[in-house]
Amino acid sequence: MAQVKYISASRVFAKDAPPAVDALDLDIDDGEFMVLVGPSGSGKTTALRMLAGLEPLDGGRVEIGERDVTFVPPKDRDIAMVFQNYALYPQKSVAENMGFALKMQGVRKEDRARRVREAARLLDLDDQLLDRKPKQLSGGQRQRVAMGRAIVREPKVFLMDEPLSNLDAKLRVQTRAQIAELQRRLGVTTVYVTHDQVEAMTMGHRVAVLSGGKLQQCASPRELYDNPVNQFVAGFIGSPAMNLQTVPIVDGGVQIAGTTMPLPPSVRTAAAESGLRELVLGIRPEHLHLADSAGELAGEVLLVEELGADALLHVRLAGGGQPVVARTEGRKPPARGQNVTFHVQPDDIFAFHPSTGARLAG
Amino acid sequence: MTALPIRAGRRPGQLRELTGRVGWGIVAWVVAIAFFLPVLWMVITAFKPESAAETWPPKFVFSPTLAEFRLVFSGMGPYLTHSVIATVGSTILVLLLGIPAAYALSVHPIKRWRDGLFFFISTKMLPIVAAIGPLYVIALHAHLLDTIWLLIILYTAMNLPLAIWMIRSFMLEVPSELLEAARLDGAGRIREIASVILPIVTPGLVSTALICVIFAWNELFLAINLTVTNAATMPMFLISSVPQEGLYLAHLSAAATVASVPVILVGWIAQRSLVRGLAMGAIK
Repeated sequence: MAQVKYISASRVFAKDAPPAVDALDLDIDDGEFMVLVGPSGSGKTTALRMLAGLEPLDGGRVEIGERDVTFVPPKDRDIAMVFQNYALYPQKSVAENMGFALKMQGVRKEDRARRVREAARLLDLDDQLLDRKPKQLSGGQRQRVAMGRAIVREPKVFLMDEPLSNLDAKLRVQTRAQIAELQRRLGVTTVYVTHDQVEAMTMGHRVAVLSGGKLQQCASPRELYDNPVNQFVAGFIGSPAMNLQTVPIVDGGVQIAGTTMPLPPSVRTAAAESGLRELVLGIRPEHLHLADSAGELAGEVLLVEELGADALLHVRLAGGGQPVVARTEGRKPPARGQNVTFHVQPDDIFAFHPSTGARLAG
Repeated sequence: MTALPIRAGRRPGQLRELTGRVGWGIVAWVVAIAFFLPVLWMVITAFKPESAAETWPPKFVFSPTLAEFRLVFSGMGPYLTHSVIATVGSTILVLLLGIPAAYALSVHPIKRWRDGLFFFISTKMLPIVAAIGPLYVIALHAHLLDTIWLLIILYTAMNLPLAIWMIRSFMLEVPSELLEAARLDGAGRIREIASVILPIVTPGLVSTALICVIFAWNELFLAINLTVTNAATMPMFLISSVPQEGLYLAHLSAAATVASVPVILVGWIAQRSLVRGLAMGAIK
């Protein structure tokens, strides 16, 4: 067990292209479940591979357990990785797959068999599966074998690269919980890469949001959701995504849907200090509350998406612009074409700089 | 499932599809038979007495005899031995040299691997006739003329470029994640090849070996120019079956039939292992 440190670690693939990972600074505590999340091309997988030793660093360094491992070969870093496609050796049995690393370390055959059985039990893999070839397993079983191969090694750090992306939706939700539970029990530092923000939010102790090779924000899921530092994080975390609209600043607030919406004083000050004439207003779908005719934001329902427990309303606001999405109760949502009004609590408003995307204090 | 009404509407198109399938089927059969007929004729002729072999129109009713086969078996012993040694020996050498070479050109490509790859195949661009003179002189001075070693070396050189290209293409199909997993698991280069890559490319190695066997077994030009008796191979035996005068068609057919059996046998065995191994489904 160990802590992991990225210290301005960079990776450049092509000279002219921007770095895939740009001076990443990240501290991961001992036993922490850290999720790296971001859209494709954000550098999250590259960052993980740099930690694994599969990708060299072009600057900075990587530490595992206070040891600089920047130039240490992968096998000597005391890590284990779960690959997206599992990367099981097709010609080896499940037991051989799981025990291969131990065999390479020169662990005796009996010890190997014992540790493989222990790991299999931990993952609810039947003993009879151990003699099968990966081809003969279901997708979920293969995934668990891949996990088992990592667990057997008893490494200091688990690295997981989108390990759930090849499972169907139901199994993914189950396995998600199992992995989180397993990690809690084993207490091994884990770095987990995903593009799925739901996975990131549900599994991670902390989540690091990456975009364009740069770390945007690293915080607990709750903190990311409640206090995104910039427009990217605000738009990326949360499903459906936060409604973001560029609106002009007027006296007393901003102009939206034909009315003036008041801004918190701190936002107003920040906007005034930057000399802004407009800003990006962010409102989460669940913060658009349906109101009686006395609501502030009026609009017309374009589309209703029924999700069962609740419904999503796509609404074009009176002033035009991008439709907004609102989450409402599933029972008796307004019909398509109906005119609705929303009420928004002033505390629930986010405001971002229109060009830098940085959060305006709020 | 629910496509019934649509299917009814498609009936004319389906008919066209059916006639198309039947048409292509007939074409395939015609081509296949056109290729197979000479072989069939060869086998039938091998069982005829020499006098019945050269009649025109060909006789299809005759009393089969094994006389020609007996004659063939009595004379081919040394030729067969030479062919087997040259073929098996060169194929093993090709694999031993080709696997590391292909690895160095695919999995962990060396610097300027393109040039290496092109060099290997460029050796096949020279017509072998142009090289036979120098080869003869070299063999003469190396005291290798009319020895089986010469054939093993030459057949290895002849098949190696193609084998490297083939094995390389199979190695490229090994998913990089598997190799990375092996690196993380602590496998070195040798382990990586032996435990991870080779098991996956085995079907490819089998088909590569099959092609090397076929080429080496049927090679005539080098053998006839560089050997006389001590290393004479099966194709030379076939030629020796043609006498200066007299009837020889049945005898030649019997010899040719016997000479093709080993290749067909090897091909059949290889085909079974190819089908068995080709499903690399465990990676996805």
